Parts: sequence; C-alpha cells; structure tokens
Amino acid sequence: MTLLDDSHDQTLTIPITQGGPVAGTPATLVADGVSAWFGDHQVLNDVTLTMPASQVTALIGPSGCGKSTFLRILNRMHELVPSASLAGEVRLDGEDIYDPARRPIESRRRIGMVFQKANPFPTMSIHDNVLAGLSLTGRRVRGREADALVERSLRSAGLWDEVRTRLDAPGASLSGGQQQRLCIARALAVRPDVLLMDEPCSALDPTSTRRVEETIRAIADQVTVVIVTHNMQQAQRVSDQCAFFLAAEGQPGYIVEQGDTSDIFERPRDSRTADYVNGRFG
Amino acid sequence: MTNTLTEARPPAVRRTLTYRPTAQDQSFVAAARSAAVSTLIIMGLIGIFLLIGAWPALHSQGFHFLTRTDWLPETGTFGIASLLWGTILVGLIALAVAVPVGFGAALFISEYAPRSLKRSLVSLVDLMAAVPSIVYAMWALFFLQAHLLTIAQWLSVHFGSVLPFLRVDTPDSPSSYTSSAFIAGIAVGVVVLPTITSIMREVFAQAPIGEREGAIALGATRWGMIRAVVIPFGRAGIVGAVMLGLGRALGETIVVYAIISPAFGLTTRPLQSGTNTIASHIASRYSESNGLALSGLLGAGLVLFLFTLVINTLAGVVVSRSRSGAATEI
Repeated sequence: MTLLDDSHDQTLTIPITQGGPVAGTPATLVADGVSAWFGDHQVLNDVTLTMPASQVTALIGPSGCGKSTFLRILNRMHELVPSASLAGEVRLDGEDIYDPARRPIESRRRIGMVFQKANPFPTMSIHDNVLAGLSLTGRRVRGREADALVERSLRSAGLWDEVRTRLDAPGASLSGGQQQRLCIARALAVRPDVLLMDEPCSALDPTSTRRVEETIRAIADQVTVVIVTHNMQQAQRVSDQCAFFLAAEGQPGYIVEQGDTSDIFERPRDSRTADYVNGRFG
Repeated sequence: MTNTLTEARPPAVRRTLTYRPTAQDQSFVAAARSAAVSTLIIMGLIGIFLLIGAWPALHSQGFHFLTRTDWLPETGTFGIASLLWGTILVGLIALAVAVPVGFGAALFISEYAPRSLKRSLVSLVDLMAAVPSIVYAMWALFFLQAHLLTIAQWLSVHFGSVLPFLRVDTPDSPSSYTSSAFIAGIAVGVVVLPTITSIMREVFAQAPIGEREGAIALGATRWGMIRAVVIPFGRAGIVGAVMLGLGRALGETIVVYAIISPAFGLTTRPLQSGTNTIASHIASRYSESNGLALSGLLGAGLVLFLFTLVINTLAGVVVSRSRSGAATEI
C-alpha cells in the first residue's frame, strides 16, 4: 500500500495498517445519462460513468468542464445552488438516489464528501469534529466506543499520531494538511459506502499531499473513492480508473474517454486525451 | 581579499521609511481626522454638559440620588431608584419579546426563506426600523393595549397565585392592567425588534459556506447544520444584538411615555397599572421643572447616558472580538 517507498516517515504507514476497517460496505455508484444546468446554462451533457466498488475513480479535465459539478451531483450537493437542475439517474448499488421517495440526507450519509478547502468545524475539538457526522445525524456514541471510533477514523486518515495528545484542541488549531485529513477522518467516521473528494490536495503542500494520497490508497479497499484532480501525477498515483472530461467554450462538459488509469495515460484512444494527459493543454 | 572588502563597506545605516505627504494629502487627512475627532468631542461635551447641569442635584442628594425612590424636588428629596428599576424592567420585558421573535425571524430570513421572499423580508425589516417610534406609540396605545389586557388578565388570574409578581390589586377589573410596565415593555419590544433581527440576520448570513456544506455533506438536516455551524458562528453576534437592543430599549421615550401612567415606588408587579422609566420621566417633567428639579432631571439623563454608553460599548466589544463580528457593523 505504500506509494512512496523512500518514505522517511515511519509513522505514516504503520498506523494506517493498524487502523482496520472504518467504512461501511463499498458500493458501486453509477451515473446514467446525467445532464446538469444552472438556470438556463447547461454545464454537463449526458454523462454516463460507472464507479466500481472498492476502486478509486479519478475525474480529470481542464477547469470549467463540469467535473466538480458532476461530483456534487453524486451526493445531491448540486441542488444546494438555488437555480440548479439535472436530468438522468445516479444509482447507488442499483437504487436511484434522486428517487423522490428518498430523502437527500439519507444519500449524503452513505456518500461522504471531502472538499477542496478543508472545512473542519473550527471551534469544535478534534475529537468532536471526527464525531460530528454522527451527532449531526442523531446517532450518539459515548465513552470508550466513541474514543475507539475517533482513533480508528484518525488512523485511517493518517492523522492519529500527530493529534493523539491533543484531541481536545479546536479543529482550527491544525495546519492546512492536517485539517484536510481531519475532514477525511470526519467523513470516514460515519462509515460511508462512497467517498467523494473534490481536489482535496489543491491547497496543500507536497508533504501533506503525499500523506493524503497514501490515505486514499489505504482506504480504497473499504470505501469507493471518486476524486476530482487537476494533478495528472496524482491521478496516475492514486486512481484505478479515470474519466476525462472536456467542455468546448460555452458548451456543456462531457466525458471524452474513460477507462483504466494505465490505459488513459499510456494508451489513450482519443487524441485530446493524449494531449491533455501529456500537458499539451489545460 | 575578503578582508579588504569587509573593511571597505561602511556599516548599514537604517533608512527612514516615511515619505513627505503633499498639501492635498495633509488637508484631506486633517479634514477626515477632525470629523472623526468631533464625534468624540460631541459625546464628551454632552457628558460634561449633563454633569454640570446635574451637579446641584447630585450635590444636594449625594448617594441618595441613586437609592431614593420618590421624586419630590419641592421638598428637596428625590432619587432615581424607581426610575432606574422601571427602565430596566421595561427593557427586560422588551427583550423577552424581541429576542425570541428576532432570533426566529433572523434564522428564517437567512436560512429558510426562498430567495424571492428573502429580499422583501430584509427590506421590510429595515423599513420597520425606520418607522418613527411615535407611530409605534400610537399603534400600541390605541390597538395593542386593548388586546394585551386580556393576556395580562389571563396571566394574572391563572398564575398570580403561584407567581406573586403576576398579581394585581383588583384582578377582575380590566383597568388594573392598563398603562403597565408589561404593556410598555411589549410595545418597546416591537420597536427594538427590527434592530435585533437585522443584526442577527447579518451575522447568520456570514456563516462560512464551506462549513455549511461540510455539515450538509455529512448528512445533516438543515436544522442540524444551523445548530452545528450557523449558531456557533453567530453566537457573539447574538449577544451583541441582544445588548444593542437593550441599549435602545432603555432609551426608548415616546412609546413608554404614551402608554404608562407614571408611578413612583419600585414596580414589583409588571402587570399592574403604573410604572416609570428615566426617559419617560424626563419627557413628562422637563417643561414644568426648574432649579433643583431640572438639575435632577439632568442627573437622571446623565445616569441613562452612562448606562446606555456602557451597554453599547460592551455590545461592540463582544461583537468585534468574535469570529463572526469582525465584519459586522453595529
């Protein structure tokens, strides 16, 4: 599981393997014919993509091609924008999460999300931040059980050894990279089936980025991961399969090519994919 | 070689980092500065004026000015204890009405109202704040009071036996309940409601979108998100809004003056007709007072001035030291 074998940091790899399973049961997420609009402006056109269970799927493509919008559609965050609408289906293990009979909060509980900018609850302690997803959804854990869950989640996120002595410190007291891993721990603590990550490393330094990437690899067998990234090396390092999004000027985004990461990077079928992954545009 | 180089270089001299402002720069700064300073000077002069005017009264009554409950300047004894207590009582009753309603209204406007409704509600609240308080006074006197009498009577009849402060002298007669601290307090509450709503709404609206989405992505309901993000973020703003509302309520004059029938003695039964506040007392007495009596009124004004100054300053400090308040003006 170690991505960087030259790692000098022993604490990095050990706790993750000790962490044990945190998440729920990895689920397959299928987007079927998804189009999206903000008001009259269409931003996605007919996107169909299968994100297989226990795999890391990377969404790549230049800015403004609808990757983040697509990601936010996958756990019903899209509709928080007042003018947003969409067409198509998103199926979590075969069930449409946009079925009117399902409440959005139920889907969001099973499909967690980590944002571009780390957003821990700043005045809550590290301990309470990890448990926030449970208390927010009316599930209470106390005492030893809570402590165990906090430790397991922080270990899975590769943060335990850095914060074990100061779990009562506020979330805002951590560095940017630590805050992002705290957010991953918070998302994992509710045992999601899928974890969505929207450019989780774009605001982080290389060391923190490496740790987050190791975390992603380590949790991949417990949770289906979908990650948006602008960093080609990162997509190559962490993902099993890739989807390349593209949008012409003023036109909605669509998937040009999808497949195994090695195929996308080494044997792309479309010349635009080849140009993009080789850094010729975007 | 190296040595010669080192010796050749003179020691570093620190340079001045200032620059010479032009005449325009200087005159603009001077104008802006004097405008800013003049507000402080005016505040200070008001305080000094009140102190000088109040001095004869303060000197003749000494500490009793704060402890005496009756107002008999003809006999040379007067104090503001009952006025001060009435002022606080009316202020607290006003807050009891305005804080929960303002809190709910602010939450609704910032978190629940659809966009189309939100804009009209915001301007409506601002409009409410702009209505002169004499209008509220007439509304309270001719409309609100008649309706509140029933509530006051119901409270007194049903809970008076358990809670002594709800008792009145003749519970059966509706006139026992008119012109009371309760009615004045509620009317003042309506007057300060838009202020409280507006500040709270502004603070709630500033709760960071990142944290809001973080809570929602964890599966929180909207109320769960509000409890985890919006209210903790806005806590200091809530405190500041309450204190600012109190500051306004303490100084509210015309509404109280229109409603209450002046009574001296510490009001222990807010439902019972008759109370008094500093502002209302000054308004009702200044035209017929002179000499020591007028000086006493200025003294009462000085106490109110200092009281509201302290409360507003505290509100400002609380708000500006918080995360949410840094960008909020009150």
